[in-house]
Amino acid sequence: MHEVRYHGEIRFTRYLDKDGTPLGELPDWAHQAQPWVDYYQQMVLARQLDTKAISLQRTGQLGTYASLLGAEAIDVVCARLMQAEDVLVPYYRNHAMQMIRGVPIDQILLYWGGDERGSAAAEMGKDLPNAVPIATQCLHACGVATALKYRGQAQAVLTMIGDGGTSKGDFMEALNVAGAWQLPVVFIINNNQWAISVPRSKQCIAPTLAQKALGAGIRGEQVDGNDALALHEVVGQALERARAGKGPTLIEALSYRLSDHTTADDATRYRPSEELKDAWQREPVARLRNWLHRCSWWDEERENAWQAEAKRMIDTAVEQYLAAEPQPVDDLYDHLYAECPPALAEQREQARHKQARQQGGQDHE
Amino acid sequence: MSDTAITLLEAVNLALARALEEDADVLLLGEDIGTNGGVFRATAGLQERFGERRVIDTPLAETMIAGLSVGMATQGLRPVAEIQFMGFIFPAFEHLVAHAARMRHRTRSRLTCPLVLRAPFGGGIHAPEHHSESTEALLAHIPGLKVVVPSSPARAYGLLLGAIRSDDPVVFLEPKRIYRATKTLVEDDGRALPLDTCFTLREGHDVTLVSWGAMVSETLSAADRLADAGISCEVIDVATLNPIDHATLLASVAKTGRCVIIHEAPRHGGLGAEIAASLAEQAAGELKAPPKRVTGHDTIMPYYRNELLYLPDTDDIVAAVHELMEYAG
Repeated sequence: MHEVRYHGEIRFTRYLDKDGTPLGELPDWAHQAQPWVDYYQQMVLARQLDTKAISLQRTGQLGTYASLLGAEAIDVVCARLMQAEDVLVPYYRNHAMQMIRGVPIDQILLYWGGDERGSAAAEMGKDLPNAVPIATQCLHACGVATALKYRGQAQAVLTMIGDGGTSKGDFMEALNVAGAWQLPVVFIINNNQWAISVPRSKQCIAPTLAQKALGAGIRGEQVDGNDALALHEVVGQALERARAGKGPTLIEALSYRLSDHTTADDATRYRPSEELKDAWQREPVARLRNWLHRCSWWDEERENAWQAEAKRMIDTAVEQYLAAEPQPVDDLYDHLYAECPPALAEQREQARHKQARQQGGQDHE
Repeated sequence: MSDTAITLLEAVNLALARALEEDADVLLLGEDIGTNGGVFRATAGLQERFGERRVIDTPLAETMIAGLSVGMATQGLRPVAEIQFMGFIFPAFEHLVAHAARMRHRTRSRLTCPLVLRAPFGGGIHAPEHHSESTEALLAHIPGLKVVVPSSPARAYGLLLGAIRSDDPVVFLEPKRIYRATKTLVEDDGRALPLDTCFTLREGHDVTLVSWGAMVSETLSAADRLADAGISCEVIDVATLNPIDHATLLASVAKTGRCVIIHEAPRHGGLGAEIAASLAEQAAGELKAPPKRVTGHDTIMPYYRNELLYLPDTDDIVAAVHELMEYAG
């Protein structure tokens, strides 16, 4: 005989349509100007940072850079909802989160400019550096959460991954252990529809990525990642549950990668231009601005003033970044082990001479 | 405990207990390490004594064990994770190589990764496929990762304490062939052994024999036999395979002028090559003969019926030394 042992469902949350028009009566918490104006301002700042980073790369002043275009709402809302003592375990597209958590913008640029000191900023606290290998950050987040839980700290860990990363074992192993141990971790999938050139439809047959949570026995839901209101509610609840010891959540935020994968990529080779044009109709920054205008919490004058202020902040940071002193050559050797072993100390000495030679010093042979 | 002779395996257990007792940041995790006390019994009784919060049975996923340990260590915990056999360490590699080894370097010491990954390794116990390999060279090649191998109960105790207290990530490889081979007195005094030095187990003046892990036993037996033949061997246990204490090896070879390196891992790209090359670069003038290697062959580790054919033995070492002594240049 057969019986049904399990029925799963995935909730989807959206409050604003693509033009910023409410889809119905909004909850009480949406009836005042904050945090929405703040979210909007940070989203503008994030976009300006992104635009500037790409232009720095194009002019040879920054290395290969992963654009965050289209992820502004996800990054800003998640970062704003995190508390200082929560821990961020980022992937390589979360620099807006780092900025909002207090990392100086020039330090963020330093990382993308090929300098390890960009992950050394004291403002990063116990946050992990960017994970470049796919999905590995999900397991690190579980380890951080294990540490928080072991020490009885009522804080949460938030980690993010792309849609492509959900195909990897690390992601599934992380969901599994987070569920088994009821860890205080929130997994965010920035489902921007593309993993470099491979579309979401080729990653997985499941209609939602959020339902991968069900196999691990944890809560999973989907949210419009271009809708700051929906993100605010869903991510906020997940973080609170985590801090309250009520276990992990997987949130699939639906967005669109409006950029190339990185500055080393050219999406016109594989992505239909119609699809991109359509995605720009749903993008997060204009959507929130339209709603703020509708609520009379924002206007043209404030827009112009904030765009100018954001530009000033980014320009100042770029100046600081470009003026950064070169990294001492010893740094390459002195941060590998707690103490530099003798064989490495010899190589450090060689590097000092090589640096002097490359800089045209007297050591030239 | 200090007046009882114990095995290498019991010394591992003793060091783990000591570390758990002295530091609340030390946690053990792995498959079957809790209620079962480990498949080799290395963690026997520890969950009973220190509780499920500190001696944790994990889901069966090696990638997860390594990744979780990295995350824990960045927050200042000292996880000691067990990979049940070295043959199953490969899912953990990405986290060891791409994260554990680099965490301090890429954050300029803002974060560190003081984890220990323990794994039994090597052949000689008639184990199934994938349970007998020695792939330490793969690990020792990684900058930032310390690789430590004990070869006696006392060194297992002291080096494991050193590994756990180290602020660097350490892979601690336990030679399971000699897990229960001998019993010696080990004082539970909480004293760690340093991870930056080789151990000279026997002094001699004709030839330096360099080895680690289970091969140290074969090497000591060879030295005994060679002594009977009038050849005086210096025997060095490398113990820490990365970073290697080249100074001790160089000083010994400067004295003896001859060197045989013995390891059970395959020859090609093995650590014997690294040691021989260093000696050739830095002690060429002192060498009376080229450095020689006695190693496993460059084949797949055979199933257990042929494992003794594969593993270097005392005869192989004795023969190599005679060859070196007769070398005429």
